[in-house]
Amino acid sequence: MGLAYEELTEGQQLESLVKEPVTKVQLVKYAGASGDLNPLHTDDAFAQSIGMDGVIAHGMLVMGFLGEYVMELAGTTAVPAKFGMRFGAMTKPGDQITCSATVEKMYEEAEGRYVSLALTAEKQPGEVVGSGSATLRFHE
Amino acid sequence: MDLDKSMIGLTGEVYVFETEKRHIRQFAEAIGDANPLYVDEAHAANTPYGKLIAPPTFPIAIGAEGGGIPIELDARRMLHGEQEFIYHRAISPGDRLYCQMKVADIYEREGKSGVMQFLVLDTYMKDEHGEMVAVSRTNIIYRPLSKKEGQ
Repeated sequence: MGLAYEELTEGQQLESLVKEPVTKVQLVKYAGASGDLNPLHTDDAFAQSIGMDGVIAHGMLVMGFLGEYVMELAGTTAVPAKFGMRFGAMTKPGDQITCSATVEKMYEEAEGRYVSLALTAEKQPGEVVGSGSATLRFHE
Repeated sequence: MDLDKSMIGLTGEVYVFETEKRHIRQFAEAIGDANPLYVDEAHAANTPYGKLIAPPTFPIAIGAEGGGIPIELDARRMLHGEQEFIYHRAISPGDRLYCQMKVADIYEREGKSGVMQFLVLDTYMKDEHGEMVAVSRTNIIYRPLSKKEGQ
C-alpha cells in the first residue's frame, strides 16, 4: 500500500522511519554496490591521514535511507517523479538516522495528482545530515 | 584551474549500462532497504510496476560506471553539495540504458571564504528507443584551496 491522496493535508507531518545504526561493513557494501570507492568511507587510516577521526558514511547512503522512506510512503499508490537532497553534517559508523517528512504541497495537473514532501534525515534531533524534497505522482 | 562558463554544454562519451538483478539487490541490501519491489518478483508482478524495480538512488551507481567529462578537475576542491533525480519511469533489471554526462551549468556565489564556484553535472539515461528514463543531477561545490593546501 502507500499514502492515500485523499487522506493527506498540506503541513501534515508523516510517521518517521528510524534506521538501524550505520556500520562499517555497511559502508564497504555500499562502496561496492554504488561504485564510490573513495577510501574516506572504508579506510580508517586514510580518513585519519586527512584529519578525520575515522571513516564517514557516503552522503549518498543517507540519501538512500531517505529513498527507502520515500518508497515506503509511495508504496504502490504513487511513484516518485523527482527526489533531491542537500548534504548536511557528516554521518559516522554508530550513528542512527531518522527520516522524517512533511506534506509541503498538493496539486493536480493534466498527468495526475501530485504531493511534494519536505524531507529531513537527522542523526539526533536538530542535527541534519541531509535535507531535501520528493514529488510523488499518484496513480488514478 | 578555475571553472569557466565556456565549459557549459560539454559532454562525455555515451556508454551503455546493463541493469542487473543482482546489482539492484546488492544496492538495496547495502542501504538496508527491505522493500520487496527490489527483490521479490512475484510481489512486484502484482503491483502497478508489474516487475522488479531499482531503488530511487540507484542511478548514482549508473553514473559511477561512465567516463567523466573532458575537463580537468581538482578532486581536492570538489564537494558533493546536492543530488537530484528526475524520473520518467522506473528502472528494471534487463534495462539497457544509454547514458551520457553533460555540464549543465556553472555559476558563482559569494561565500564566507570568497567566491565559491558551482558545477552542475547531469547524467541522462535513455532507453534503446531514445526515450528518457531518468536524469541524475549532481551539484558540486568547487571551493578555492587555502594557501597551505595549494603548496
